[in-house]
Amino acid sequence: MKVRIKFAKHGPVKFVGHLDTMRYFQKAIRRAELPIAFSGGYSPHMIMSFAAPLGVGTESDGEYFDMELTETVSTNEITDRLNKQMVEGFSVVSARQVEDGKASTAMSLVAVADYLVKFRKGLEPEIDWKNKIDEFLAQSEILVMKKTKRSEKEMDLKANIYSMHLEDNGIFYQLASASSNYTKPELVTETFFKWLGEELKPFAMQICRLETYSMDENGKAISLENLGEEVE
Amino acid sequence: MRKLSLSDDVLLQVDKAARYIGGEVNSVMKNPNDVAIRFAMTFPDVYEIGMSNLGMMILYNMFNEREDVWCERVFSPWMDLDKIMREKDIPLFALESQDAITNFDFLGITLGYEMCYTNVLQILDLGKIPMYSKDRTDDYPIVIGGGACAYNPEPLAPFFDLFYIGEGETVYDALFDAYKKNKTRNGSREDFLFMASQIPGIYVPSFYDVEYKEDGTIKSFTPNRIGVPAVVQKQIITNMEEGYRAIKAPVVPFIKATQDRVTLEIQRGCIRGCRFCQAGMIYRPTRERNIETLKASAREMLKATGHEEISLSSLSSSDYSELKEIVTFLIDEFKEQAVNISLPSLRIDAFALDVMSKVQDVKKSSLTFAPEAGSQRLRDVINKGLTEEVILRGSRDAFRGGWNRVKLYFMLGLPTETEDDMKGIAHLAQKIAEEYYEIPKEERNGKVQITVSTSFFVPKPFTPFQWAPMFTEEEFIEKAKIVKAEIRDQVNQRSIRYNWHEPDVTVLEGFLARGDRRAADVIMRAYEKGAIYDAWSESFSYQTWLDSFAETGVDISFYTTRKRSTDEILPWDFIDAGITKNFLIREWENAQKESVTPNCKMKCSGCGAKRYGGGVCYESQN
Repeated sequence: MKVRIKFAKHGPVKFVGHLDTMRYFQKAIRRAELPIAFSGGYSPHMIMSFAAPLGVGTESDGEYFDMELTETVSTNEITDRLNKQMVEGFSVVSARQVEDGKASTAMSLVAVADYLVKFRKGLEPEIDWKNKIDEFLAQSEILVMKKTKRSEKEMDLKANIYSMHLEDNGIFYQLASASSNYTKPELVTETFFKWLGEELKPFAMQICRLETYSMDENGKAISLENLGEEVE
Repeated sequence: MRKLSLSDDVLLQVDKAARYIGGEVNSVMKNPNDVAIRFAMTFPDVYEIGMSNLGMMILYNMFNEREDVWCERVFSPWMDLDKIMREKDIPLFALESQDAITNFDFLGITLGYEMCYTNVLQILDLGKIPMYSKDRTDDYPIVIGGGACAYNPEPLAPFFDLFYIGEGETVYDALFDAYKKNKTRNGSREDFLFMASQIPGIYVPSFYDVEYKEDGTIKSFTPNRIGVPAVVQKQIITNMEEGYRAIKAPVVPFIKATQDRVTLEIQRGCIRGCRFCQAGMIYRPTRERNIETLKASAREMLKATGHEEISLSSLSSSDYSELKEIVTFLIDEFKEQAVNISLPSLRIDAFALDVMSKVQDVKKSSLTFAPEAGSQRLRDVINKGLTEEVILRGSRDAFRGGWNRVKLYFMLGLPTETEDDMKGIAHLAQKIAEEYYEIPKEERNGKVQITVSTSFFVPKPFTPFQWAPMFTEEEFIEKAKIVKAEIRDQVNQRSIRYNWHEPDVTVLEGFLARGDRRAADVIMRAYEKGAIYDAWSESFSYQTWLDSFAETGVDISFYTTRKRSTDEILPWDFIDAGITKNFLIREWENAQKESVTPNCKMKCSGCGAKRYGGGVCYESQN
């Protein structure tokens, strides 16, 4: 049974890095005594794969990983058993059975992500930016210099910003997030403020990833959670 | 949500921010208003190292079982955060509550190795606690030290209010009860220290005066007030069933600790009596834990942590009488659940090779031998009962089983060492290589790789070698060069790799290990000059220490290269570590005579530990 777990990460545990978050869940799965499948060999590892890595310091309501179980367990029970093992800051939102097969790993499905970027107390931008978002998006192109290992390359962000608007005194984004067009909310925010002629203070942004989606043939975003089903 | 002591911008600037956030699985939260005692349990090194320390975790578990105590953890901030905390004047905090430790009731510091001493001062300094005991008023925590280095606490004496000599399980309850009693009757800090001095195993350095002779040796070491005991006796648990405080749910770090696994302590102490080994002396008598208790504990801890690995902990696991049964149990019970079994260095025999082939990939793993000395003569001097024949036989069997990597550990600078002993290291490595190449080529697994590592010997208190002189850095380097040249002269020299440690840290370790109260000035000066994380090669600065010796006028050679006489009063003589001075003198003489002392299971050597009334002294006598 292939299961997709959706979890949230808030508060102090936002400082737990991606690899350590994986280790955290591996241990939680063992404590929950879920029938996880292992690879063979001298040092067997759990068959699981994480979707998009989350940077240190970023919070999330929509993180995902897939895991393989050796027997069917009801998805509600999986959620409950894992939640009993969580520490403050981590919570399991849902478990869904998903299609087997390599082509449908959480990682390869990721195409779109929503973010909410807020500003830390005392580090808010000092200019009036809240009414400028539409004007920013109305530009014919939004050029940034993208550094690669060898050189710097100019690229247009505009096509990667699916949505951007004011929300809760911060900025809501829907951004392209496939491996080919992965766009960081930090980059868009910095570009926006640069366009406004303002340099953001270091560590001003507090980012929360809200949801992660795949894209269907019609270009419609479907959350990774909604690709799976509940199992009794 | 818990509030963190450090702001987001600070945490985003430092490496591995998760070191500082607490909140891990099984970490203990309490309401500070519900407890009488707040204890900051400190390991003066970085989080990943400290979280791997079993002793600290046992005490954390034990203290928190008391409803009136909240024990929290404190580690040294890494150098990046250390700098920011100083710049921004952020006080050092405990991980659980994230509160500053400045006004905790106790600050307990685990002293696992000498090279952490400047980090002890860092903890006090960042904690905004006066560094000298004499400057602390009633508001500051009682600073108490424990662990292996507390067996010679003197170099740190002025910085600590108390030291705990022995195993923490025994008298901490009495200490906490005394603290509460003193609080209720509004007693002073000094009143409490006096009450503490009445508890066996507790040493209050300020209640003792030291006088020195003209030649610098100790003239007298005496209590300076009535009622304080002249001798502090090591405390240990004798009943490993009732006295042992097993950890039920170890804290599971978010970041990978050095020991990222369940540690199952199978026994305390060691029967072997190697004359250089402090642990083998101070943790006597050897006490085994019950096999059924261990099995239950293994299950319980794996379930509570979700760790994917378990390892056995003891000084010499091969001597645990039910080793086969516990190892077989671990493999049978947990291998299916993909739990790795991490074996400590076992004596290489048929059983060890069999289990090793079950739990690790033979092609990737290596055999480890610790002959410690290159010749049988010198191995007799140090009472290391490992013979060349055993090493060669073990290697041969392992090579036939598919292994082709061997690690050998030796010490240079042992008492009575000659050039032949040093060269013997190379010869032993060569003989092991020859064993390998005697196997027909088609049955061999490529080339053999033999790694020889040498460290330099540091005489430690409470060992038969506590009177032995150390060598200088130059002499140490000469010794390593002799080994290196001899290895290069061997037929199979291409199969032998040689590593040696830098001698400067060793010399300092030797100074701190056998230092007296005058060493404290050097430690303080080195800290003031920026020494910190001396156990880490990237931050260790020998020059800082050399300057500190020069500026304080302390002569390092008095402590390192000087040969002590057995009638000298040693700085740690006021501690009764369970073994008698007569035994140590006898063993020191046996060493000169190259005479071997049998292990505790074969014959009692009358070390003195029998008076504790438990362990091998009573159980396994033939």
